Amino acid sequence: MHVLVLAEHDGDRLRAGTTAALGFARQLANGEGDQVTCLVLGDSVATVADDAATFGPVLFGSHADLAEPLADRWAEVTAKVVRSESIDILLGASSTFSRDILGRAGGLLGGAMASDVTGFLRDGDRLVWQRPMYAGAVTASVVLHGSPLIVTVRPTAAEPPERSSSPAAITPIEFDVAQLPGSTVHLGLDGRPSHRPDVTEARVVVSGGRGLKTTEDFERLVGGLADRFDGATGSSRALVDAGLTPNDLQVGQTGKVVAPELYIAVGISGAVQHLAGMKNSRVIVAVNSDPHAPIFEVADYGIVGDLYDIVPEMIQHLDAD
Amino acid sequence: MSFLVLVPTKRVPDTDGVIRVTPDGLDVDTSHLSFVINPFDAIAVEEALRLRERREDVEVVVVGIGDEAYEDELRTALAMGADRAIRVDAAEPLDPWNVACILSELARRLEPRLVLMGKQAVDDDSAQTGQFLAAQLGWPQATFASRIDDTENGAEVARETDHGIETLSVTWPAVITADLRLNEPRYASLPGILAARGKPIQEMSLQELGIEIQPRVELVGLQQVASQRTVRQVETVTELLECLRENTELF
Repeated sequence: MHVLVLAEHDGDRLRAGTTAALGFARQLANGEGDQVTCLVLGDSVATVADDAATFGPVLFGSHADLAEPLADRWAEVTAKVVRSESIDILLGASSTFSRDILGRAGGLLGGAMASDVTGFLRDGDRLVWQRPMYAGAVTASVVLHGSPLIVTVRPTAAEPPERSSSPAAITPIEFDVAQLPGSTVHLGLDGRPSHRPDVTEARVVVSGGRGLKTTEDFERLVGGLADRFDGATGSSRALVDAGLTPNDLQVGQTGKVVAPELYIAVGISGAVQHLAGMKNSRVIVAVNSDPHAPIFEVADYGIVGDLYDIVPEMIQHLDAD
Repeated sequence: MSFLVLVPTKRVPDTDGVIRVTPDGLDVDTSHLSFVINPFDAIAVEEALRLRERREDVEVVVVGIGDEAYEDELRTALAMGADRAIRVDAAEPLDPWNVACILSELARRLEPRLVLMGKQAVDDDSAQTGQFLAAQLGWPQATFASRIDDTENGAEVARETDHGIETLSVTWPAVITADLRLNEPRYASLPGILAARGKPIQEMSLQELGIEIQPRVELVGLQQVASQRTVRQVETVTELLECLRENTELF
């Protein structure tokens, strides 16, 4: 079995979701002669290829026309590599990047695809994939028919593999730039500069919901508490819809899925769609004024009261330590 | 020639309903559930209608794949303002690949300039069909759209990504998938509901479309997920922080 993992990176290193996908790939390809290869695409991203090579062999496609991860071009190149290398399973981390590009690659490669996979079982020669449906209310077991298989993996599905001190080979791939689709143009990314880690990569996530009244309150209370743990901030859908927080903080069915060591939900009632994004966190704390809020059903520790009193007191206690 | 916008939709259980697995563990018990147009697809319908309000030549065609029960939801889309609807008759729910094959065939026949659909369906949460369709047609795609500014030859689209809002331009014909914040769908008005009665719902069979279903995703089991946690209610911040000190390795 040969598994190819499409690398998502920040121009310098692999993102955490990709290293987890590499760990998942190792669990799949654990037989004699099985292989895991990482495909690194981009422009001037030799450092990313070096980073990936500490985990295993790398295929490397570097060109100015691949500078931005445009789905039509990247899917075309990825599908070409899948065919020429006789890949059995194409993997990526669950993220907007993979949903966009691997989805399109899946369309070029016959559509045997499972999204947001959390685990797998072997049933004779068959692989049975586990994935959430209905906002995580049920876990489905599915078998894919066709070849290759295309799978996106939740970052919580596996630990990253150990890095090797002797990096593996980095092999350039060949593709014809003139043949790449050109009807999509990247115009810009309105990235939000932040001193905090990404919500999917932090050990501690503090999330705010409707209980927060203003952007300033969110920053002072949710941001302030997160900073005491060097953690990330997250948001319920309500605050993003209201324009109080940016979309990339949204945790939930249609936002990001997180599973940190500690998740603190501040003023979040706990709609099913939000729970889908955080209920696998190791320890969950809920702060809410409504003792009947559904968030308490998934929490380990709850404190009922006004977040505008409780959160400043938490910050004060943590500063005093 | 009019500017045809094709809006594929999916019929899904209302998100307020409680999802229970049937005793045989192979399906979801739908007997107590009400059905709606997938919320992201309703956003796509709304955006198509807004496009028609901006441009003179737009025709909005809504598509549903399913049995006769689907006509209620298609009627809702017509009441919102869509011009006409097509129901592709299918007894069983289909996986994203087969849905994309049907939509590709419809696109070849109807020659839309734009296919506008939800970024995912809230039942299986796959988020694949739009991308499959774009790949099959060889059209540009803009997924997870939160703003669409149409121009003569295409559109500038703002996309919600994990790392902020990305802006792309695509040329027509294109596939665009709608994210939550693209718009808030209108409710059907009473005149809209009355007008919808007179609008056509065309029925097409898979045979007419020349489609043979080739399953890619086989569901072999469903398991109910329940929270394993029991909350401990604490009275004070001091007590809360003590619990966290004991039970996490963060301090």
